[in-house]
Amino acid sequence: MLEIHELFAKVEGKQILNGLSLSIKPGEVHAIMGPNGSGKSTLGNVLTGRSGYEVISGDAKFNGKNLFDLEVEERARDGLFLAFQYPVEIPGVSNMEFLKASVDARRKHLGLPDLSSFDFMKLARESSQKVSLDPAFLKRGVNEGFSGGEKKRNEIMQMMLLEPSLCILDETDSGLDIDALQVVAAGVNAMRSPARSFIVVTHYQRLLDYIVPDYVHVLSHGKIVRTGDKELAKELEAKGYGWLEEEGV
Amino acid sequence: MSDAIVNRRQSLPAVMNPFQQHALVLAGQQVLSDGQSAILQTLRQQCAENFKRATWPGRKVEHWKYTSVQALKAYESAGWATPANLPEGFCSERLMTLNATRLVFVDGALDLAASDSMPAGISLFSEANALATQLISSHLGKIAGSVDLSRRNLFAALNSAWTADGLLIHVAQNVILEKPIYLVYINTGSKAVANQRNLVVMEQGANAQLIEHFLSTSAEAPDSGFVNTLTEIHIGQNAQLHHTRLNLEHESAAHVGAVHVNLMRDAVFNGFTVAEGSKLKRLDYQLNHCGQGASLNFDGVYLARHDQLVDYHTCIEHRVPHCTSQQAFRGIVGDKAKAVFNGRIHIFQDAQKTLAEMNNRNLLTSDTAEINTKPELEIYADDVKCAHGATISQLDDTALYYLQSRGICPSQARMMLSFGFINELLSGLPVEDVKLWLENWLRNRFSENRSLVSDIKPRVNAGADL
Repeated sequence: MLEIHELFAKVEGKQILNGLSLSIKPGEVHAIMGPNGSGKSTLGNVLTGRSGYEVISGDAKFNGKNLFDLEVEERARDGLFLAFQYPVEIPGVSNMEFLKASVDARRKHLGLPDLSSFDFMKLARESSQKVSLDPAFLKRGVNEGFSGGEKKRNEIMQMMLLEPSLCILDETDSGLDIDALQVVAAGVNAMRSPARSFIVVTHYQRLLDYIVPDYVHVLSHGKIVRTGDKELAKELEAKGYGWLEEEGV
Repeated sequence: MSDAIVNRRQSLPAVMNPFQQHALVLAGQQVLSDGQSAILQTLRQQCAENFKRATWPGRKVEHWKYTSVQALKAYESAGWATPANLPEGFCSERLMTLNATRLVFVDGALDLAASDSMPAGISLFSEANALATQLISSHLGKIAGSVDLSRRNLFAALNSAWTADGLLIHVAQNVILEKPIYLVYINTGSKAVANQRNLVVMEQGANAQLIEHFLSTSAEAPDSGFVNTLTEIHIGQNAQLHHTRLNLEHESAAHVGAVHVNLMRDAVFNGFTVAEGSKLKRLDYQLNHCGQGASLNFDGVYLARHDQLVDYHTCIEHRVPHCTSQQAFRGIVGDKAKAVFNGRIHIFQDAQKTLAEMNNRNLLTSDTAEINTKPELEIYADDVKCAHGATISQLDDTALYYLQSRGICPSQARMMLSFGFINELLSGLPVEDVKLWLENWLRNRFSENRSLVSDIKPRVNAGADL
């Protein structure tokens, strides 16, 4: 699914990723944890191709294609999805119109026929109910005036509609209350399948009680310093990140 | 002091340019029907005189600094437009389908075939009954004339000098008009001149919706007509008016237009306007708070491409205390086009407790496009809240990235963001069908017309607000 090899990257001249390697097979869920500034969010932005995030060396193969040769929208159409840590508000553009445009683009790329407006509306309403978002939100501007939790649920809804093969959740749990967290986790769990993989970037072990990962990686100073199973997350929660650095790993 | 200077300048025997001279000849060609009130005759003469003495627009005239009236040279020997027949199916294809009272003017003259019959309260000046004549006498020219002499627009004077007939809309006390009034002005593309004059009188407690829609038949003539329009509106105590004005003529047309509104005590004016640029497009809104507790909300949108020009001058006068005004204008300008937004708020010394806000945001989509935005606040009262903001920017690159990360290609993403930038202001429109029509119009505009959006280059770290 995804092979990242010795990835070095910088943001605004500052080197953030220092030789990160990661291999993800279909169906796996990988959690990435780490202290602030360790490069967690940078990884997601580099993989999706945000401008300003510059790859120095290393490569990333996504389903055999070199990710860094593709434009942002091409990566998305190929099935890469990033749930934003801070979803963007776009007043004046309705959520429905935005969702339709993105689903149309993905379907066209996959060679699927366009959905009629009616079918799409039906699909969008169903998805919004799955994430407990009032369908009235579909008519509002993209994320306009949404609460933090509503924005995150909107991200999960987009993920459901686009059916990506690799989903990166960038601190989707940050700032969520327990109800919203459960909704988000249920949405993710419903989408787990042998053909779909997840990278769950998080600060808190709590999320991993709901989305149980196959692997937990600890990111520090731009590289993975330790890999374990879900027990590692609990250890981190109890001890903090300091002990890893003291151990000099 | 400034009055003295202006008056002295006005009294100098200025040499009139050929257009000015010809404009007065055109006024002389008009024949007034017998029924017209004497007041109109007096107004015509007086305003012809004002027009003769007015300083002709140029770079040194503050309110014409950015806008050239060169386009009028083409009309130095033009005649009055002779109303043409509308092409087959024009009204059904190009006009909004509204449940409204529709009146269609073609090249300045009422087209009976395309219009609904006039309900009570609406009549041409030339067909005025006793009540209408009285209303015309007491209001015509008075609303535009209530502005300080030094600030009067010479084209408003010209409009009065040219007014041989006009439309009166009278909404009587406590009457709520169920149907909106939909006024359509069509220019058929002859190189000729037309004049349009309206007077709206809303009495105490009246409530109405008025839509003014300007458009052209698809004439490709290099100069498809000069139109001078003036709408005077009196909103009586506690009365409310929704006013929408769409200036969507062909780009080869020249249009100078003005809307003057006097708001009486507790009156409400909700205005919305859209303009596309053309050879000359200058729109003046003069909104005067004349009675305490009046409030107005006024939003506008302008789009310009090619080598078009669009110029909005708005002036809100707070003459009395406890009034509010909120104004938001947005524009997108591309190619070699030029836009001007000059927003003036004048708070008189007595106008304490005024609340006034003005906001102007612009998207510039090419290196050769030009935007001149100028807020002008003149505040003489000391207990007021007044805010203004103006920005010129490009599209927000974070939003662009967000759309792209969902598989949307950059050109479509830019189109969506530009549409959204404008569409945000449409939400306040009261007539649902007008809103839908405009949304659709905008969508077509942005998809057919790449030049408005395709040159937008995202700038790293460029905020939407400066």
